[in-house]
Amino acid sequence: MLKLENVSMAIGDNTGEAREIITGINLEFKPGKLYAITGPNGGGKTTIAKVIMGIYKNNSGHVLLDGEDISNLSVSERAKKGIAYAFQQPPRFKGLTVPDMLNIARPGLDQVGIRKSLRDVGLCPEDYQDRDVGPGLSGGEMKRIEIAQVLARDARVSIFDEPEAGVDLWTIQRLIGLIIAKYQNSPKSTAIIITHNERVLPICDEIIVVDGGRIDKQGSGAEIWPLIKDDIECKVKLQCRGEIGYEF
Amino acid sequence: MSFKAEDMKLISTITDLTDIPSGAINIRVDGQAVIRNSSPNISVGPNDDGTGLKVEIKAGTRDEAVHVPVIVTKAGFKDKVYNTFIVNEDADVTIIAGCGIHNDSHADSGHDGIHTIIVKKGSHMKYVEKHYGEGSGRGKKILNPTTDITVEDGASAEMELVQIAGVDDTLRSTIARIHENDSLKITERLMTHDDQRAESLIDVYLKGTGGNAQILSRAVARDKSSQVFKAALIGQADALGHLECDAIIMDQAKIQSVPQLVAEDAQAVLTHEAAIGKIAGEQLVKLMSLGLSEEEAVNTIIEGFLK
Repeated sequence: MLKLENVSMAIGDNTGEAREIITGINLEFKPGKLYAITGPNGGGKTTIAKVIMGIYKNNSGHVLLDGEDISNLSVSERAKKGIAYAFQQPPRFKGLTVPDMLNIARPGLDQVGIRKSLRDVGLCPEDYQDRDVGPGLSGGEMKRIEIAQVLARDARVSIFDEPEAGVDLWTIQRLIGLIIAKYQNSPKSTAIIITHNERVLPICDEIIVVDGGRIDKQGSGAEIWPLIKDDIECKVKLQCRGEIGYEF
Repeated sequence: MSFKAEDMKLISTITDLTDIPSGAINIRVDGQAVIRNSSPNISVGPNDDGTGLKVEIKAGTRDEAVHVPVIVTKAGFKDKVYNTFIVNEDADVTIIAGCGIHNDSHADSGHDGIHTIIVKKGSHMKYVEKHYGEGSGRGKKILNPTTDITVEDGASAEMELVQIAGVDDTLRSTIARIHENDSLKITERLMTHDDQRAESLIDVYLKGTGGNAQILSRAVARDKSSQVFKAALIGQADALGHLECDAIIMDQAKIQSVPQLVAEDAQAVLTHEAAIGKIAGEQLVKLMSLGLSEEEAVNTIIEGFLK
């Protein structure tokens, strides 16, 4: 369904030299599967997601959706073709309410649909009917509303960029349950989750480890999770003990 | 009385009316009152010197509205009117004002609405004033509203002042006096485009203990338009005042925002926030990722901001 063929993306650094952020990425995403992209900070995970969404343009290679090269399409055009992206840090808007955003995400969504979308992500609909997606919401609320928008879109390729960041443990379980129910074994859609989370990684059908802008490991969850699990669990323990920060 | 479709459309744009309601109303077209009705609780009549209206709301009137829109459709017509609104004790009313200008000519058309509003003890008043201009001529559409509002002890007022679009030149002047335990919230939303010019001056005097005033301004300047916003909160008692001005600047527009806090009493607590900025790229990308085109995303952000 979605393929990245030899995709690279470079930006100019402060010396004017081009610096590659991702290099020679080859990936294929099929319907009905959950994909996890993981790896260290600055490794290129979010860049891959943004290249798929069209927020960054690949300098070389091809992004193919059902065989069509969409590398030159705009963000809007890709959204219309069925790609959706839940931002890691969603922007805030003054004057656009939570229902406004859900209606933009899915035009024609009625009150019943809006209420369901909010309940699905663990928010009480009555509390968000008139609230702006603005400075009055916490980071966790913003994140859940962001995920609700992407789920409401019913896109063919949905990308969730660190859905667990800033969200409490109970809600993470709920969100992951929603994503599994919606995408795993779906005949037409797929989800890509950028994550470090030890609860999320093992349940994904395929894990892609990105490091230094390249694919370091790739395979089924059963193959890759045992290889990276100790590393992840060790870091979680260190985080819990406060010996390292939560970013890694 | 029925209106031409284009006049009704203009009235509808500034008042949200789709039909002429029963009850208290005055519709002024090109300097003449073409509809004027009072209701049992709201009298609408000429003022003493015949230069405008006197609208008086009886004490205890609840949940009623009076509509006083003005439209200017005659080429090159300049209208000026002096209106007085008196909201007597313990009333709760809405006043819908507003002015729309249609000008297809090369001569300037304009309306100066000079309003005095008195909200008496224990009353609540909501005042809504929308301005709009349209037409294909080179003649300017000019609107210069002046409002002087006094909120007496224990009363409250909300003012929603909106410039929708199409006004070439405006000088808006609002002066408010807040007494003991009163509250006043002024929300101003201004949109300018092309080479339009807007200046808004708001002075709010907090004169009584327990008074509370909020001034919230949202402005969008596009193309080569320019805006000046000067608002002052003058604290003369143990009272609270907050002033917030946010503006989106686009294209080659210019915005000057001058929030001013003046404390003349040591118990006055006055705060302000001011921000001018362009639309953030990440906001555009976010809306585009939901399927909007860039133009739709810009319009959605602006409409939301000015809502």
